[in-house]
Amino acid sequence: MKKRSIVPYGPQHPVLPEPIHLDLVIEDEKIVEAIPSIGFIHRGLESLTQKRDFNQMVYVAERVCGICSFGHGFGYCEAVEDIMDVEVPDRAKYLRTIWFELSRMHSHFLWLGLLADGFGFENLFYQCWRIREKILDVLELTTGGRVIFSVNKIGGVMKDITPEMAGAVLDMIHSVKKELDRIVPTFMEDYSVVSRLKGVGVLTKQQAHDLGCAGPFARASGIKTDMRKLGYAAYGDLDFDIITSDDGDSYARCYVRINEIYQSINIIRQAVEKLPEGELAAAVKGNPKGESFVRIEQPRGEAIYYVSGNGSPHLDRMRVRTPTFANLAGLCETLKGADYADVGLLILTIDPCISCTER
Amino acid sequence: MRDTLSEIIEIDYHDLLESAIQKKREGYRLSQACAAYVDGKPQLSYSFADDENYKYVTLRCNIEKDTEIISLSEVIPYAAFYENEMKELFGININLIEPDYKNKLYRITEETPFVPKETKE
Repeated sequence: MKKRSIVPYGPQHPVLPEPIHLDLVIEDEKIVEAIPSIGFIHRGLESLTQKRDFNQMVYVAERVCGICSFGHGFGYCEAVEDIMDVEVPDRAKYLRTIWFELSRMHSHFLWLGLLADGFGFENLFYQCWRIREKILDVLELTTGGRVIFSVNKIGGVMKDITPEMAGAVLDMIHSVKKELDRIVPTFMEDYSVVSRLKGVGVLTKQQAHDLGCAGPFARASGIKTDMRKLGYAAYGDLDFDIITSDDGDSYARCYVRINEIYQSINIIRQAVEKLPEGELAAAVKGNPKGESFVRIEQPRGEAIYYVSGNGSPHLDRMRVRTPTFANLAGLCETLKGADYADVGLLILTIDPCISCTER
Repeated sequence: MRDTLSEIIEIDYHDLLESAIQKKREGYRLSQACAAYVDGKPQLSYSFADDENYKYVTLRCNIEKDTEIISLSEVIPYAAFYENEMKELFGININLIEPDYKNKLYRITEETPFVPKETKE
């Protein structure tokens, strides 16, 4: 009988951008089971509803995580607006869409860089993060912030995009597309990169469904779902397809995310061209009374925001279910049978966001 | 924008397992599960998503603080993560979770569960 060992992985590890701990049960060099534990950066943000009013909670929601900050603020606002029956002006919907897609782009570039770092391609890592800086520059230009930009409020947005800024956005996406075109062949065709990704950590469509996976991780296994198709913000007016792959391996996850960057570029171009004139926010009166579940597509997948209000400024409950939490079961499944050397890479392929997960 | 495809259905907690099995048979996946305290009493919400037509159904159970709930993890294995969270952070009495992390899913230095004062008393 082969000897089994338990190897602790994390919470501090060179390949982990944030702290998560896995107890890896190993036979020889193969993973038999992975047992996760989280909570190292749990901040109890959801319980702040007892101390902050529903308007202040927008700022709290934005600080659930740095990378997905815009989406958290947006999802929370959508839930409160749903309860209060607030109709957000069309211009605000389009602005939210543009900023959301810029966030998706910079998140996916960040992930591509981390993936390159994970398989030991330092130069590619720097290229991805250098391109990402251009997106952050435009976010700073249009909002004043680079990662947490606090533009959402209940009823709409707080900042506008002037025609000059819109021109800068279009110039940037044109430039980023050209740069992306140059690095994509390295990710998709380079022999050494492909050998680290192809056939590694396969998750079938059935497994992805049975394990409740979300986002690019699920779409890479052939599950055709994208919450943007619900039509929130301006997505209902814009033309885009759901990007999927049937392979279910690490290469497929890379393929889906790269193509989602192209997709975001296309969505931003459409949104800027159709950007309507009008108000930035609707007037909001009273306090939320009722409850709402809102689903949105964060860069890492389906995120769920539950808000329950009792008519007072303080909410009864605010709950965020993040895509990384949904993908933990899928991660543990992909690790089974994997080589120990691939563990870091496989953790990265779900694009884990632990700050989101722990809240 | 109001999500017209989302609905909340109140059920008795005795029917939770059977309702979840029914949703699974219909092709839904468990999307999230969470607990809250409403008027000092625990409230459970299990949400199921249909990825083909984006329907979203939340099964809602209002229970007493000492009510014992049977875990869904036998029929929906990854429910264990949500249920361990509800047990650890909200003190919900969920039995037969597989695997039961026994308050070790979240490595929090604060004392858990985070239960409202009036419920503790």
